[in-house]
Amino acid sequence: MASEAIPLNAAPSATRPIGDRLHDWVVTVDHKKLGILYILYGLVFLVIAGMEALVIRIQLMRAHSDFVSPEVFNRMFTMHGTTMIFFVVMPVLFGFATYLVPLMIGARDMAFPRLNALSFWLMAFGGFLLYFSFLGGNGLYGAGNAPDVGWWAYAPLTARAFSPGHSSDYWTIALLISGFGSIGTAINIIATTLSMRCPGMTLGKMPLLAWLYLVMAGMVILAISPLTAAQLMLSVDRYLGGHFFDTQAGGSATLWMHFFWIFGHPEVYVLVIPAFAFTSEIIPVFSRKPIFGYPVMVAATLAIGFLSLSVWAHHMFTIGMSSYANSFFAITTMAVGVPTGIKIFNWLGTMWGGKIEFTTPMLFCVAFVFQLLIAGLTGIMLSAAPFNWQLSGSYFVVAHFHYMIVGGILFSIFAAFYYWYPKVTGRMLNETAGKLHFWLMLIGFHLTFDVMHIPGLLGMPRRIYTYEPSRGWETLNLIVTIGAFIQGIAVLIFVCNMIFSYSKGPKAGNDPWDAWTLEWSTTSPPPEYNFATLPVVKSRRPLWDLKHPEDPDWKYE
Amino acid sequence: MEEEWPLPSRGRVGMFSFIAAEAAIFTIFVVAYIFYMGKSLTGPTPKDVLELPIFSTVCLLSSSLAIHLAIRALRNGKVRAFGSWWFVTIALGAFFLFSTGREWQHLIFDKGLTISTNLFGTTYYSLVGLHAFHVTVGLIFLAVGMIFALLGEVKPEHSERAEIFSLYWHFVDSVWVIVFTVVYVIGR
Repeated sequence: MASEAIPLNAAPSATRPIGDRLHDWVVTVDHKKLGILYILYGLVFLVIAGMEALVIRIQLMRAHSDFVSPEVFNRMFTMHGTTMIFFVVMPVLFGFATYLVPLMIGARDMAFPRLNALSFWLMAFGGFLLYFSFLGGNGLYGAGNAPDVGWWAYAPLTARAFSPGHSSDYWTIALLISGFGSIGTAINIIATTLSMRCPGMTLGKMPLLAWLYLVMAGMVILAISPLTAAQLMLSVDRYLGGHFFDTQAGGSATLWMHFFWIFGHPEVYVLVIPAFAFTSEIIPVFSRKPIFGYPVMVAATLAIGFLSLSVWAHHMFTIGMSSYANSFFAITTMAVGVPTGIKIFNWLGTMWGGKIEFTTPMLFCVAFVFQLLIAGLTGIMLSAAPFNWQLSGSYFVVAHFHYMIVGGILFSIFAAFYYWYPKVTGRMLNETAGKLHFWLMLIGFHLTFDVMHIPGLLGMPRRIYTYEPSRGWETLNLIVTIGAFIQGIAVLIFVCNMIFSYSKGPKAGNDPWDAWTLEWSTTSPPPEYNFATLPVVKSRRPLWDLKHPEDPDWKYE
Repeated sequence: MEEEWPLPSRGRVGMFSFIAAEAAIFTIFVVAYIFYMGKSLTGPTPKDVLELPIFSTVCLLSSSLAIHLAIRALRNGKVRAFGSWWFVTIALGAFFLFSTGREWQHLIFDKGLTISTNLFGTTYYSLVGLHAFHVTVGLIFLAVGMIFALLGEVKPEHSERAEIFSLYWHFVDSVWVIVFTVVYVIGR
């Protein structure tokens, strides 16, 4: 198997002028460079959107606060939500996919390298366009600059009359363009996993990460496309005087809700399935056991993918649907909990009786499993339509979905960073700083999002810019804000760790974790062609077979 | 290891995935059309203004047959026959686009129906326009292929590529069957 990189260029890249090296990054079609670009791009926006969250939290820290105006507050929560979903989590997850999937399936690149580059730059352009609205959104009307219609942009708020200027157009077109990028990457992931596997790697021997990304990509295709269609319709309304969502001319605001949530709910699973993927790779390695229930894991993922396409209207219980529709969407929503629960048991089963090493990635994964469970349980609570009528649009919902996105998805992304950073850079991240990051993040997370459920139950609506002191929400909101700042410090430690370890961290070697998948068989960082000779695999853990020729996996699979 | 290791063609997988995404987009537009059928507050209605575009429909659908024959000819090494059938495909597609243009001109200037007139106008021009846009894109690709064919650059080994493109063209044609049924048959 490949171990040493053969230098292809006579001149080492470090001696070339900086302009040339930057040019290499712009014109690159290499899946590893594009993966890194995706991730760095997502991290930049993580810091931006994180600061927007802190502005929101400072404003809500006490009653009658005037830290920002109501208009700015609206922009902050709109930009925070839109940025976090489309320009932080999506690029980071796609970055890991483009970096890892070809390496893990023993390929030299994605199926369509140029499409890969196009998709990245489309998404990047979308993000820049969204943030350009701070400068260019005013239009001739002197209206507000950045989008302020909320991340789901319900009609008729987006109609010309209620959203003058260009801010909503920047939102629409940024999402449209980044959506084309997402669809391109999804097509690429599907074609890569199906058509680029190395000899011997049947679908049943593919690493779970590749399997889960395959399902995620399929869902991107089915979920992002409706959003693209809806954004086209909104553009027709705003630019050509169409009436799709114009209630004055018989159009329906509810139709926008349906179209948005047909995208919006599967999107949650688009984001969480890669989180499952990271966890399914990391927990076995640090439990020193193969994953428990591989086929069930794949089946559960497919079930989640299928079921999650039919749950969208649980976001719309309060608009007054028929009782049949309410029952249908409540039942399907509860049904999604079943395959998710199966996954949790599989991870527990993997850890059970294993020799667990609590390294930083493993700590994040363990926290992920428990926080995912709690987020899932509040999800089941909200899926009961009568309960939902009470709490829809309250901070309980905000706490629920942040529990999923921060406690679930972000924690597993951190785990993935600590786990694969050695492969990408050739250096280990500092373990002490990593543990500090983990514990601060954990404390901050629980202070913020455990407590946030309570003001929701006490009736605090989401998206209000301030509240009366007599409501009894003040102390709770103060605690939430303190937790948010602790998380901010934790992320700062993480960023410093990444920068510092890049040059000062201990050398990682090819396989620092004694892991079993193909990416660890090549050098760290991998050469441009990944593998000098294409690997041939016989089991799900090809490196185990290599390290233990006396007791290989393929005898038992 | 000299065993055979057959994998699906990445071009085919990619094109089928792309078609799935496109189908989802068209589905949303068709749903919007059906949802707003008969809900316009003002005229004109589809019954007043739409006529069945039977001849152009026949043209578009037979272009699917033409491209199929073109690719079969190419696979059998008949490069000249390929060029002719490829040209027939372009001619049929272009005629369809021309008919759509004529129909729109008639609707806009004679019947006074624009995209902002009523819900029917909005949904009709969006759905038919989205389809016409896809025909246009297909025609551009077909024209590029035609230029290569005229330069003598198209060889039998390119039949796989032409076939993958033809999947897109077949998809655009089959979408028209749905649009035709919804807009001109059910909606009228």
